[in-house]
Amino acid sequence: MKWVLVLILVAATTVGDVLRSMGMRSNPINKLHITISTCSMAVSFFTFMRLVAIVPMSFAVPMSAACFIPETLLARMLLGEHVDWRRWVGVCLILVGVVFITQ
Amino acid sequence: MSDTSRLAKIRLFTVLTVVSNVAGNTALTRGMQLLGDPGNSPLALIGALFHPWVAIGVVLLILWTLAHMALLGWADLSYVMPVTAISYVVTAFSSKFLLGEEVSSMRWIGIVLITAGVTLVGHTETTTGHQ
Repeated sequence: MKWVLVLILVAATTVGDVLRSMGMRSNPINKLHITISTCSMAVSFFTFMRLVAIVPMSFAVPMSAACFIPETLLARMLLGEHVDWRRWVGVCLILVGVVFITQ
Repeated sequence: MSDTSRLAKIRLFTVLTVVSNVAGNTALTRGMQLLGDPGNSPLALIGALFHPWVAIGVVLLILWTLAHMALLGWADLSYVMPVTAISYVVTAFSSKFLLGEEVSSMRWIGIVLITAGVTLVGHTETTTGHQ
């Protein structure tokens, strides 16, 4: 159950952040993107609430940083952002850190 | 506005951002630990919002969102991101001392790596060639 919640949390936060970014950057602001983003953020929040009911906070909070990984990939693929080596190193550190906290 | 008062405002909101984030998550976790897993029922989840600790947590997290947004308006993202990353370390202390959780050495290493990673991401250009 814990991993299902982690997966939903990371997916919902990623969708929320990416769509918010896409929506805010379009001119005019894309209301559909912002609406879906807001719903995703609500899913993310309620999932976090359930997660902290069953796992320690010292696991749940750093685990929520895992969304930086798919977000960086999507920022490059969907938003056309240039991701320089420092950002990739940062993402790799987060990835290794996430592996450590799951031990 | 003078540089001194601008700096003082940024410092104040930096502290407010970290404290409200950690305190909000701690209160929310405390409440949810007392309530137990509400399961898949949306009504039970909404009901959990009325638990005093959860409610305090939500208020603090709303405060965190507002303080964070204000900070982003005044300071560089490359300053705000590492500040947010420090919250992970403070959260570990809060988990240990306020919630009585066991924080293993592996988890400490992981938290330090995540903090370093977020700090490094924060030290890059804020706007690149996006459309």
